[in-house]
Amino acid sequence: MPKRHDTLKNPEQELRIFRVRALLAVLVVVVLTGLLTGRLAYLQIVQHDLYSTRSEKNRVRVEPLPPNRGLIYDRNGVLLAENRPTYNLTLVRERVDDLDETLALLVELLDLPEDDIEAFNVRSRQRQRPYQPALLMSDLSEDQIARLAVNRHRLPGVEVEAQLLRYYPDAEMMAHSLGYVGRINAEEMQTLDAGRYAGTHFIGKTGIERFYETELHGQAGLRKVETNARGRVLRELGRTDPVPGANLTLTLDKSMQMLAYELLDDRRGSIVAIVPGTGEILAMVSTPGFDSNQFVTGIDVASYRGLQENIDLPLFNRAIRGHYPPGSTIKPFLALAGLVEGVVTPDSTINDPGFYQLPNDSRRYRNWLRWGHGRVDMERSLAVSNNTYYYTLAHDLGIDNLHEQMTNFGFGQRVAHDVQGESTGLMPSRDWKRARFNQPWYPGETLSVGIGQGYWQVTPLQLASATATLANRGHWVKPRLALAIGDEPLALDLPETLPDIQLDNDNWWDRVFSGMEKVLSGREGTARRTGVGLEYRMGGKSGTAQVFSLGQDQRYNAAELEERLRDHALFMAFAPIDDPQIAVSVIVENAGGGSTHAAHLARAMTDAWILRDDAPDAEEVKEALVDDTARVEGN
Amino acid sequence: MSSWQTLSRPLRRYPVRPPDSGIARRKSIWERIHLDPWLLGLLLLLMGGGLLVLYSASGQRIDTVIAQAIRFGVAIVVMVVIAQLSPSTFLRWAPFAYGLGLAMLLAVEIAGDVGMGAKRWLEIPGVIRFQPSEMMKLAVPLMVAAYLNRCQLPPRFKHIFVCAVIIGLPVVLTAIQPDLGTSLLVASAAVIVVLLAGLSWRLIGLIGALIAAGLPVLWMNMHNYQRQRVLTFLDPDSDPLGAGWNIIQSTTAIGSGGLWGKGWLEGTQSQLEFLPERHTDFIIAVLGEEFGLVGMLVLLSLYVMIVGRGLWLATSAQDTFGRLFAGSIILTFFIYVFVNVGMVSGILPVVGVPLPLVSYGGTSSVTLLAGFGILMSIHAHRRLLPR
Repeated sequence: MPKRHDTLKNPEQELRIFRVRALLAVLVVVVLTGLLTGRLAYLQIVQHDLYSTRSEKNRVRVEPLPPNRGLIYDRNGVLLAENRPTYNLTLVRERVDDLDETLALLVELLDLPEDDIEAFNVRSRQRQRPYQPALLMSDLSEDQIARLAVNRHRLPGVEVEAQLLRYYPDAEMMAHSLGYVGRINAEEMQTLDAGRYAGTHFIGKTGIERFYETELHGQAGLRKVETNARGRVLRELGRTDPVPGANLTLTLDKSMQMLAYELLDDRRGSIVAIVPGTGEILAMVSTPGFDSNQFVTGIDVASYRGLQENIDLPLFNRAIRGHYPPGSTIKPFLALAGLVEGVVTPDSTINDPGFYQLPNDSRRYRNWLRWGHGRVDMERSLAVSNNTYYYTLAHDLGIDNLHEQMTNFGFGQRVAHDVQGESTGLMPSRDWKRARFNQPWYPGETLSVGIGQGYWQVTPLQLASATATLANRGHWVKPRLALAIGDEPLALDLPETLPDIQLDNDNWWDRVFSGMEKVLSGREGTARRTGVGLEYRMGGKSGTAQVFSLGQDQRYNAAELEERLRDHALFMAFAPIDDPQIAVSVIVENAGGGSTHAAHLARAMTDAWILRDDAPDAEEVKEALVDDTARVEGN
Repeated sequence: MSSWQTLSRPLRRYPVRPPDSGIARRKSIWERIHLDPWLLGLLLLLMGGGLLVLYSASGQRIDTVIAQAIRFGVAIVVMVVIAQLSPSTFLRWAPFAYGLGLAMLLAVEIAGDVGMGAKRWLEIPGVIRFQPSEMMKLAVPLMVAAYLNRCQLPPRFKHIFVCAVIIGLPVVLTAIQPDLGTSLLVASAAVIVVLLAGLSWRLIGLIGALIAAGLPVLWMNMHNYQRQRVLTFLDPDSDPLGAGWNIIQSTTAIGSGGLWGKGWLEGTQSQLEFLPERHTDFIIAVLGEEFGLVGMLVLLSLYVMIVGRGLWLATSAQDTFGRLFAGSIILTFFIYVFVNVGMVSGILPVVGVPLPLVSYGGTSSVTLLAGFGILMSIHAHRRLLPR
């Protein structure tokens, strides 16, 4: 040891100093311990309730239990929309060591196309709590599931989750009527009741799925679970079960729907069939269709572009949104309007020289038969589809009466109860023309409207609905798609149904029906070829609509242009006349004359519904048409 | 008091067997094995209780508890062995221990192992891996006590300056590792020696003022994560999922415990892993949650009793070196307790200080019990004087 200073040290004093300092230290220890005790007492006594609540909130998590979406059946209980288990790829970021590496490995394993990889990368980085699974990919294939399972050890945090997904077994022919569900988007999220939709990822986007969204969705349940800090569920503390969505039974008949779809045979067109007495829509088809299943999990960009740019507009629901000039199919309604307004009686006749001239006007409005039909009464005017009779009738009615009466038949407005996205069509009037073009109504325009041309535009659904009302002798029943929601049948009388159409003499209905029957069964009937071999009394009316515009600005090649300038073929019909069970409207775009190209489709529909198993199927109808070389021209 | 300063053999100032005195007195078994039964009893009680809490805090893993018990065993052996050494041995070793520690700190700076973002570890591969700064917790106060033992007390300015150099070197080396927590603990252990030696109040005031003035400089030189800790301490809710998480969860654990606690193994904050570092630095939150305020007060009382007994032993030491070193050891022990409990309960910023003899960890238990061994040695090797 180095040299010492002992001689200078004063042990007594040093001990005294130490004792004083040690005493001070005790004081400090007591004060600081008191401080800690105070703090602990504050936390554990004063603030106990606050921290108890916090600790409960920490450990107890409320998890939503999404309800199962209601199933959709046709009128005979055939499943049209079901929930199918599928497998999704999810990623819990917290448990992933190296996100980039994991993603690269996944891309390799799943053999993803470039487009998907990008979406994949975006989804994997979306802001989410690190312990919550982020959805990377839906609807894995068996092969992909297997490859993931084999490489499971290389992919911590990556999991395959089962989920119920909407599936439409007959998507192509049902797509337009059923609609489809899709992922809830940000916009929809704003307006949705967060509680009801907790845990739900899908919502009805179009059609029945959208209209009956509330009923189909059901009510979310919840469960309280105890979780650890990483969010893993340890046990369930309590639960409220979800209320599953109601199953929906539709008025649609799958076999009728399929028949209509096959009859249209990939042409552009639409068939709507309604039970007149009940308003039940048996079939509502728009072709071409599309695979709505693609939209459930999100359609890929290329496929969507393909559908959108398709010249045949497969995404366009022609049955409810297609605007067509009705042509001669509206002649029975015009005749009825004349009867209601007292302008004609069933026995009133005109002499048809082959044209009609307005007073003080040299212009000739022509019948389709150049030399005229001669003496024409109401029934014959329908059977031969005489134009001159209806020029006269329309002129005598005037546009105001005509508009009012046609409105009573549902033209120019939405007619159905539960058809999502239905268009109003267009029933022109003086006011409409003033508002639209700021022009007065010219008498010549009334004549055009009289034969279903001009501004008048109807949807196939409107035409079928008007036909059903006519078949009902003027009694309105609102067309509907739902037969029953859950066990609750839809009421026959629905609000906002149009008033019934009254005729002074009830027998006049029979006169009009007789005229319509002669279309198919009369010697001069425009669709007499179609009426051959009818086993019941059927009334109908053909129509041929001139295509006056190309519609959207689309790129056509010359061959297509020519095809697309041909007339639309229309037909409306109901049967049997004595006890109407079905009313049909048929529209085939650019097919030519209605009596030749649409009537037999209507007949096939009525046959199928009335004769059931004895009716010819779609193939037989098509073959019969090919054999039928005789062309009966008519407007 | 007195005569031993004049003994002819300076290196044997603490004879293993004191010369016979006039009054015959049989030595108890405790005196013979140089242990203090009170202190030993309190420490064992603390360690036993600590193992109980550790079982719960480790997620009921008995192997963790066994590992800790084995470390306690080793630490107790170290304590008993050290207690047999004469205080003069410590006095003699002081410069060597201090020099060695300083050299190792330099070695860490040059060739240290990086762990958790800081160079703290020194490793001889396959042999041993330890933190030199841990050893400095004892070596620095030892050196200061040894130095002041040679000076006339109360210390004068010159002595203070030398002490400042002795303290400053290792503290700065530790601080740049960076390990601010340990460097402050090392500094406080040594400063306590100086305070106990009778540093004048005027100088205390002056140094206090200097430190206050130096705080901004310290702030400028802190690492980002260190600043973050201070900021988070001031407002834990500013970053509830990040740095504030620890404090929010630990205060929630303690607060939700209430007066009686949720019961052993029943604490949801602890058992469901909301509490971070629950078996190391934040273990007292487990105690607070499961045993409530009552359990916390029992633990604090235990610590206060240990500190009280330790101070008593220090006061009864017979020379200045013994008193200063013993006093420093026991008061530093209290500082650990205060800093840890203060941190977990949210009245101090988060610094990596474990709860003495309760937190899971080997090095700190050994250092602590080595300290208590020294304390017992200083006490047991008194010369029995005539009353």
